[in-house]
This record gives sequence, C-alpha cells and structure tokens, in this order.
Amino acid sequence: MNLEQANRRLCMRLALIALGMFGFGFALVPFYGQICAALGVNSLTQRDSVSNTQIDASRTVTIELDSNTHDLPWRFRPLVNHLQVHPGELATVEYEIVNQRAAPATGQAVPSYGPQFAGEYFKKLECFCFTQQTLAPGETRRMPVTFVVDPKLPRDVNTITVSYTFFEVAGRGGKS
Amino acid sequence: MSAVIDHDHAHGHHDHHGGYGGIMRWITTTNHKDIGTLYLWFSFLMFGVGGIMAVVIRAELFSPGLQFVNPDFFNQLTTMHGLIMIFGAIMPAFVGFANWQIPMMIGAPDMAFARLNNWSFWLLPFAATLLALSFLMPGGAPGVGWTMYAPLTVQMGMGMDFTIFAVHLLGMSSILGAINIITTILNLRAPGMTLLRMPLFVWTWLITAYLLLAVMPVLAGAVTMTLTDRHFGTTFFNAAGGGDPVLYQHIFWFFGHPEVYVVALPAFGVISQVIPAFSRKPLFGYASMVYATSAIAILSFIVWAHHMYTTGIPVSGQLFFMYATILIAVPTGVKVFNWVATMWKGSLSFETPMLFALGFLFMFTLGGFTGLVLALVPVDIQLQDTYYVVAHFHYVMVAGALFAAFAGIYFWLPKWTGKMYDETLGKIHFWLTLVFLNMIFFVQHFLGLAGMPRRIPDYPLMFETWNKISSLGAFGMGLAQLLFLYIVVKCIRSGAPAPQKPWEGADSLEWTHLPTPVPYHSFETPPVLH
Repeated sequence: MNLEQANRRLCMRLALIALGMFGFGFALVPFYGQICAALGVNSLTQRDSVSNTQIDASRTVTIELDSNTHDLPWRFRPLVNHLQVHPGELATVEYEIVNQRAAPATGQAVPSYGPQFAGEYFKKLECFCFTQQTLAPGETRRMPVTFVVDPKLPRDVNTITVSYTFFEVAGRGGKS
Repeated sequence: MSAVIDHDHAHGHHDHHGGYGGIMRWITTTNHKDIGTLYLWFSFLMFGVGGIMAVVIRAELFSPGLQFVNPDFFNQLTTMHGLIMIFGAIMPAFVGFANWQIPMMIGAPDMAFARLNNWSFWLLPFAATLLALSFLMPGGAPGVGWTMYAPLTVQMGMGMDFTIFAVHLLGMSSILGAINIITTILNLRAPGMTLLRMPLFVWTWLITAYLLLAVMPVLAGAVTMTLTDRHFGTTFFNAAGGGDPVLYQHIFWFFGHPEVYVVALPAFGVISQVIPAFSRKPLFGYASMVYATSAIAILSFIVWAHHMYTTGIPVSGQLFFMYATILIAVPTGVKVFNWVATMWKGSLSFETPMLFALGFLFMFTLGGFTGLVLALVPVDIQLQDTYYVVAHFHYVMVAGALFAAFAGIYFWLPKWTGKMYDETLGKIHFWLTLVFLNMIFFVQHFLGLAGMPRRIPDYPLMFETWNKISSLGAFGMGLAQLLFLYIVVKCIRSGAPAPQKPWEGADSLEWTHLPTPVPYHSFETPPVLH
C-alpha cells in the first residue's frame, strides 16, 4: 500500500470517529433521560405516589406559593400565598390563569422548590403541571394542586417555597 | 550537526512559494511553514482583540458602579473575550506550533494533507468575522457567557445564531486540523523515528489531536441542538416541551473538560522541549511523560460534572466526579516532577524561553492547586461562580498556555526566521508579563474567597482595593504585549543572524539536521537517523 492510500484510509477512519462523536452528542440526550429516571431525579412533572402516611401533628410546615410566566401573556397566580400543613396531611391549593392574548395559547408549567432538596419530599398527587394547558382567548381557568408533605422531611426545614413557571409550548398555538 | 542539509539558495522566488507572490501566496499556500505562520499571526491578532475586551472589562471594574459600559454590553464582552481567547488565540497558536514543528521534528516533508491544511486555517478568519458581526446584530452579541448555557441561549437575539455558526466553523477547522496532524504523525515519520523516539511536543500533539477529534463534534452537536431549539421547534433544552437546560451543561462539559487539556497538553509539549534544552540534559522520565499525558487525556473524559456540583446532581455523582478529578492530579504531578527532575543537576541557563518555562512551571502548578481546591464539593459550592474560579482558570490558561506559547515563540523564532530576538527586551517582556499577570489574577483569589461573583459589572465598595490592583495589572499586561509585538517585528526585520544551533542543549531534528533559517522545503528526502 503506498503512502497516499495509507493517508486516505487513515483520514476516512478519523473522519468516521468525528462523525460518530457528533452522533454520540445526540445519544447523550436519551441516555441522560434514562439516567435521571433510574436515579429518580428530575421527575418534576410526574404524579407521585403516597402510601398510607401518618400525619405528624407535632410539626407544622409553611408552604409558600409562587407563580411566574415566561414569555407568555398569561396572568397566573395562586389563590392563597401561603398555608400551613402538617407533614403527612393531604392539602389542596388552587391557582388561577387568565389568557390575556387575543389568540389561544398552550403552556406547560414547571415547578421548582426552595430549598432545592425539599422537592423530593413535596409529593404532588394532582397538578396542572402534569399536562399542557391550552387556553382560549380571554379564558380563565382555576386549577388545583393536591399534595402531601412527606413526614420524612428533615426537621430543620420548616418552610418550603413552591414556584411554578409557565412556559409557552411553541408551535402549539392552542391546538392541543 | 554533521547531517545538516546544505540548502541551495540559488532557487528563484517562484520555486519557493508555489508560483504566487504577495497576498495570493498566503491565500493559496499549502506549505506547513506558511500555514504555521498564518496560524500564529491570526492567533496574535485575536489575542489583541480579546485583550482589548479584557481591558474594557477591567476598566469597568476599576470602580464600583457603572462607568463605561452598560451591563448588557459587559456580558457580551465577557462572553466574546472567552470565546475569542480560547478558540481564536490559544488553540490556533498551538496549531501554528504544530504546523511549523511537527513535520520538522519527525523528518517529514510537509503535513499529510497540505491543501486540507490550507482550508483548516482559512475557515478561521470567517469564523472570527461571524463572531465580530454578532456585535452588530439587533440585541448585540450573545451575553450568555462563553459556555453558552441554555436556556439563555434559546432566548438570545440573532447574534446567537452568528455565534453558533462561528462555533461550527471553528469546530470544523479543529477537526480537519486534528485529522491532518494524526495522519502526519502516524504515516509520515522518517525511517527510524519510532513512536517512542518522537520529541514530546509531537506526542502531546498526537494525544491532543485525538482529544479534539473526540470532543469538538460533541460541541458541534450541543450548539446544533441550541440552534434547532431556537428555530425548528425541538425541545432539547426547553422545559416547556419536556427538555432540560441541565442536559446542555452535561453535553457542553463533556466537551469542555477535555477542551481544557486540548489547550494544556500542547503547552506541556512546548515546556518539555524547552526545559531539557536549557538544562542541557535529556528530558527526565520520557516514557512516564508519554503515559502521564495519555492518562490525563483519558481521565479528562470522566470528570466533566465537577463543573456542575451545584446543579442538583445526586451526592453519589458528586463524590464520583470529585474523586475522579482529584485523580488527575497524579499524572499531572508526574509531569511536574519530571520537569523539575530534568533541571536537577542540570547546567542551567536562563534565556527568555527558559524564563517563560519556569514561570509556567510555578504558576501552572499554582493554577493546578486551586483546581484541586475547587474539585472539593463542599468548597466548590461556596466558590462556584466567584472570582476564585476566574483566578484559577486564568492561572491555567494565561500563566499556563500563554506562557508556554511565549516560551515556544522565543525558543523557535531564531530557527524560523534565522535571526535572534533581542535577549534583553525578551527578558524585560517576561518580567513585565509575570508581574502584571500576578497583579491581575492573584488578588482575584481574595475577591473570590470574599464572595465577589463573576460576570457582574458592579460590586460592593469593600471589593474596591483588590479590583483596582487587578485592573491596573490588566492595563500593564496589555501594554507589555505591545513590547512583545515590537520584539518579534524587530527580530524579523533587523535581528542579528542566528547561529545554526542557538540553544546548546536542543537536540530535536529541526536543530540537528536543518540549517538556520530553515529552508522553505525541508526533509524532501527523509533524514538518516541512528
């Protein structure tokens, strides 16, 4: 094999490696999803299951509710700003959204928690964030969040801030 | 010395430069030395542009409050400073060294794919133009930080698209360059130049080229996902469609951490040539250097999430990435030990290249130590995104890579141009750079420990003193580099003729088998090695 052929063959192999690594970057996307599912992290918009918990009446946790929209002309607010619950106690709060746009729009709410690690103790049984919400022009909707604070919540946590942000689902334009 | 090939000076100009003169010579050139020169001048130009941005950033930070630039433009400056310095200045500088040196060091006539080599270089000016144009777009250049984190990148104006395409071009240039370098090293070595006889600079570049080949496509993928998220309705990073911004950080740092070694390994290579030459001793522990370099490269693939301790990864993940990161200190320590052992009982002399190499040795090691501090999860959670991090990576990038580049320039300039630089001015350049560099960055450790966040144009009054010192250092550092330009131009125009081998202890092929200055075409017949 002469030098030119050897060079060309090596070049092809190296180009294949580069191409493969470009694919690998995209393969990281489903891989990341699998890792998160396996480790049980990042499951923000899925229904949690709660099994027969005891109400721990000896402590009270303050739940602060917060709401934001991102690039979405919706008025979005909780009907109460905060409430007190005992760990293990079933509670329901309501949020209200108003579509202020003259066109239908679809949004997806994503929760976040402060302190961050409290998220895994905040068990949502019902939430508007489980599905995308499509609102007609000017439509007002009230939506519940039903939750239980896990009694295993560390004792030094006495306040959990729950913050929802509505993101517009682009290209859905109200056709859900 | 005995085998020096007598260069025939009777050749006409056209024989030398492929038939073109003037600007067309440089646009059409396929000569590895011409292309190396282009890379180095391009890199110096970008160093100037990125440096001016740094000076504006430091001018703004000279006093608390807002003086010269608005916060939006400040963010654009920090972003572009990072992108330009990494992709425009440091990486092309070392590719320039690779082009000049690798064929000469392994006894090859040129790079394996000479025309591809031309294209690899000429992609860069277009990428730089795209980056510069992004400033003129509505909303300006992206102010997202050089890491280009989602979701901010998904919300930016048109400048972001320019930057994405610039990154595509830069990545393509690097991948083509890497393919060329690997093929040259594996296929074009002179007979008798076995892999384990190659100069260490060539070894570090072989490993670097494989790193580039493995990670640049991943970066291209990450910015492509950003692009499709922005314009084509995909939701890789968009929470509304089930995507996750943290995913971007994983993909980016899978590229980003090996990228650190893409910058550092060729610097190690240059230092491994310079220190033995001025110690008049062969490199201590050659084989262990090769293995340590490979170990660093392999480990660099499994430590990326140490950039992400505060993103909510599980404790088990934090521990894994912490231990893996600390493990990298072992092969890096081997290298530092070998450099010191090379000097042990050597016959040292301290010309400018050696001074820069010693500066590298001290300050790169310091930057490595602060890296170890940041590798510790509990400490990093405190120091994340503070000036301590800024100080750390500038010690690695500036005192590390830039000092190695200066060492290499002063070391090989006599060989390339056939003329000596001004030794006195070179030493002055070194001391000025050393003092101002520490003035800029050493105090930033204190600012970071005191809690000053990075990428913010304003700060509380209590940080003022250290910021003033840091800014003054930056102005001085900028001026000192004008001296460097003067030294190089003076050397090329009116330097004293360089002897065949100006450095007594230098022993690789370009010193022992080629005349000074090196002829335009070298090793058209492979050298005879014993």
